[in-house]
Amino acid sequence: MAHAKASADPLADLIACPRCDAVQHVVEPQPGQRALCGRCDHVLIAPRKSAGKQIIAVAVSVLILAVSATSLPFLRISRAGLANASSILDAALAFSSSTLFTLLSLLLAGLIVFIPALRALLSIYVLWPLVRDRAPWPGAIGAFRLSEALRPWSMAEVFAIGCAVALIKVSDLARVEFGPAFWIFAFLVILVPVQDGLTCRQSVWRSLDRSLVHPGRKERRAARDADRARDRTPDLPAESAP
Amino acid sequence: MKSAREMGLVACTRCNRVWEPGIAHCGRCGHKLQSRNPLGLQKVWAWWVLGLICYIPANLDPMLITRTLVSRQDNTIIGGALELGRHGSWGIALVILAASVAIPVAKFSVIAALALGVRHGSRMSAERRQHLHEIVEYIGRWSMIDVFVVAILSSLVQLGAVVAIRPGQASLYFALSVIFTMFSAMAFDSRLIWDAEEGEVPDLAPLPAPSPKDPKEEPAG
Repeated sequence: MAHAKASADPLADLIACPRCDAVQHVVEPQPGQRALCGRCDHVLIAPRKSAGKQIIAVAVSVLILAVSATSLPFLRISRAGLANASSILDAALAFSSSTLFTLLSLLLAGLIVFIPALRALLSIYVLWPLVRDRAPWPGAIGAFRLSEALRPWSMAEVFAIGCAVALIKVSDLARVEFGPAFWIFAFLVILVPVQDGLTCRQSVWRSLDRSLVHPGRKERRAARDADRARDRTPDLPAESAP
Repeated sequence: MKSAREMGLVACTRCNRVWEPGIAHCGRCGHKLQSRNPLGLQKVWAWWVLGLICYIPANLDPMLITRTLVSRQDNTIIGGALELGRHGSWGIALVILAASVAIPVAKFSVIAALALGVRHGSRMSAERRQHLHEIVEYIGRWSMIDVFVVAILSSLVQLGAVVAIRPGQASLYFALSVIFTMFSAMAFDSRLIWDAEEGEVPDLAPLPAPSPKDPKEEPAG
């Protein structure tokens, strides 16, 4: 197994700064402390106490908020007896008048809601077994990689500032009312950076590595039970030749 | 302090694990292992040029088309911001000008300066330049503000004949320009700054695989 070999590798104790490539020995910091690169001061490891459970809690809230924020009315304007309400999906799909603009619409919808929601889902998938001290679920490594790669493309907070600017522009033209989704989205915008701030990618990689080398509690218990069953019935032939 | 490359090792840029050269994929996270990407700087320039090409029509074409009962008004990015200013909202005008003009222009010049600095040397210290790169990577996404403003306005302000707002061509070009420059900043490998700092001529050849009998010396932490 490649993973079993990795644990015996002396290089496993080293860490290379992704910014400046300086190689240093890993000194696991205490929760709340940070390990900085000795050459360029990039934060290498920043573990937090019971971060896993907190991230899962925040990610579940992000998911619920994202689903409700997209379906409920976001803003409503009225002027001279005419009114129009729009949801966040309407805003994202505002460009869908021609083919090229449709592409842009889908992209915007992704940046505003789908990518933050997907990242929350991926975090839960990766961290749930780790928090419960079990072996990671299949594909956890790929899932965490995708979640980290999508990090710069999650733009809920940029959209929030865009909202503020748009509201000031509209208030000259018509009367604006806030829908429930507006307030839900405001919470979402606060929670997404909280989730990012709690996630220490180095700690997640190391615990994924450890739990792949050392099987989780469930596997250990299964192995122990199998041993006991064998001890209790030593003289029973496993397969009797006819 | 030695870099992985100087020690003859290859570092995974995603999970920061260090490996012997000659291994194709990281054993921990599966990321492709490459000491330095020989095409990295070319990628930076390719995305940079694409971004710049899109940035020109983004500023010349109308961003927002407002139609009321009596008039139709096409606003470019700068024109729209200036008009907001004339109506008294100078704060908002400044936010838009910063997000749509100052940040993109600063981004183009910083990325170009970083890429040129790796090739031809720079008077700025490596720490400074790396810091600039981190800032550019961080603020890149904030340029999308104006695209989002256009999206919200054109979905919300649809009051039949009284007033209707439609997005203009420029919004598409502007979004593409932001995305391309984000790719350009991501393609830039800040480790090249430090390679040049150590006096190494930018040499992006892959490392030779180690000979099996040669024991690796333990690095000093």
